[in-house]
Amino acid sequence: MKKWLVPGIIVFLIIVVYFWAKGINNTAVIKDQASQEAWGNVQTSYQRRNDLIGNLVNTVKGAADFEKSTLEAVVKARSEATKTTIDPSNITPEQLAEFNKAQSGVSSALSRLLVTVEQYPDLKANQNFVKLQDELASTENQILTARTRFNESVKDYNGHIKTFPNSIFAGMFGFKEKSYFNAVEGAEKPVEVKF
Amino acid sequence: MTHCIAKFIKSLLLPVFFLLLQPVSAQFTIPEKPKFQTSVYDYANLLSPQEKQSLEEKLVRYSDSTSTQIVVATIESLKGEDIGILTPKWAHQWGIGQAKEDNGIFILLAQSERRIWIAPGYGVEDRLTAGITGEIVREVIIPQFKAGSYYNGLDKGTDVIVDVLKGKYKGTRKSDKSDDGLAGIFIFIVIVIILIIVLARGRKSGGGGKGGIGGGGGPDLLDMIILSSLGRGGGGGFGGGSSGGGFGGGGFGGGFGGGGFSGGGAGGSW
Repeated sequence: MKKWLVPGIIVFLIIVVYFWAKGINNTAVIKDQASQEAWGNVQTSYQRRNDLIGNLVNTVKGAADFEKSTLEAVVKARSEATKTTIDPSNITPEQLAEFNKAQSGVSSALSRLLVTVEQYPDLKANQNFVKLQDELASTENQILTARTRFNESVKDYNGHIKTFPNSIFAGMFGFKEKSYFNAVEGAEKPVEVKF
Repeated sequence: MTHCIAKFIKSLLLPVFFLLLQPVSAQFTIPEKPKFQTSVYDYANLLSPQEKQSLEEKLVRYSDSTSTQIVVATIESLKGEDIGILTPKWAHQWGIGQAKEDNGIFILLAQSERRIWIAPGYGVEDRLTAGITGEIVREVIIPQFKAGSYYNGLDKGTDVIVDVLKGKYKGTRKSDKSDDGLAGIFIFIVIVIILIIVLARGRKSGGGGKGGIGGGGGPDLLDMIILSSLGRGGGGGFGGGSSGGGFGGGGFGGGFGGGGFSGGGAGGSW
């Protein structure tokens, strides 16, 4: 009887630990996936803005004799931003900061363009342009929402893998802490698109 | 029973939960998801009771046939909040539209700022693009607001939205989840009672032999009287129903479905 007691307890403990670790691991995988999906939405919304900028530049060019330097700044910032791509399964803080910087470059060039547009009444009466302004305003809000939700998903994931005792297993299984999307100075508010 | 207890605990804990979630800096607090989920929430009292009812009825009927939920809310003031951010956030929090299709549309009107915003759910964004939504606001809704009628603007605006979405979604009215079980039990009990009556009567007439036939005649006549009086009663009920609009404040069948919002949308001011 006594002979079986110790091995029995050991087997029991192994089973308990196995299911415990399995639960921690699988939840971490699910939260990791959720955060990758949230990152996908961030990129989609930025991509959408880049597409819109193409249309905007063409419309502005076609509708008015627009000063070239402002337009060129936007186009340049955009091509800069499309160069920075990130592997969603392994986002490093440096990559995130670089991405953030490139995108905020687009934001500021874009807001300068939209301020300049105020001096062109023809453009403001152009239906295409007004629609593009709506689309841009909408996309800016989408970007903001996607970023907020990405941060929420990261918070959820980090909270899961960093709290004790989950942290022991998470480290063993190779789950790393994810970094947040920090606001760049002046980028925490969406580009103001005035009507 | 356990369901009841769980519900009770939930109703106790939910406000606490929301209090914890609210950031301190936000000045406008999104109202808690209402228990009775329908299409019009006129917090600022901009619509007359008749206007509210007819708009609500129209949008609930539209949801019954398409599963697409269009919700209109009016508030007195944004209290410094950006309407373009508040509207989709509010809609996402309430979960307007079905979870699978994300086919919710939320229209928010801020009275003192004179601003309106329309936020489409993920599923309807392809048709209600910000450009189109902005155009609806500028061309259809705001001219009516300027002419002095909030109702006309919202009514015509939602008509155009319905037009834009034509043919995208089909659906039938969903029953409220909480009533589902009760209705099933009720129908089951009714069927059992009918079965017992039929069986009991069958046994009686079977045992009665010749006399049973005569005995059977009585209940038949009684049945006919009962049925005819029921029919008459039903007819009267229908008449009353139609004069009242036959709507009775049903709200959305099944409530808000949990649809998601990307944060996009467009609006304008007047």
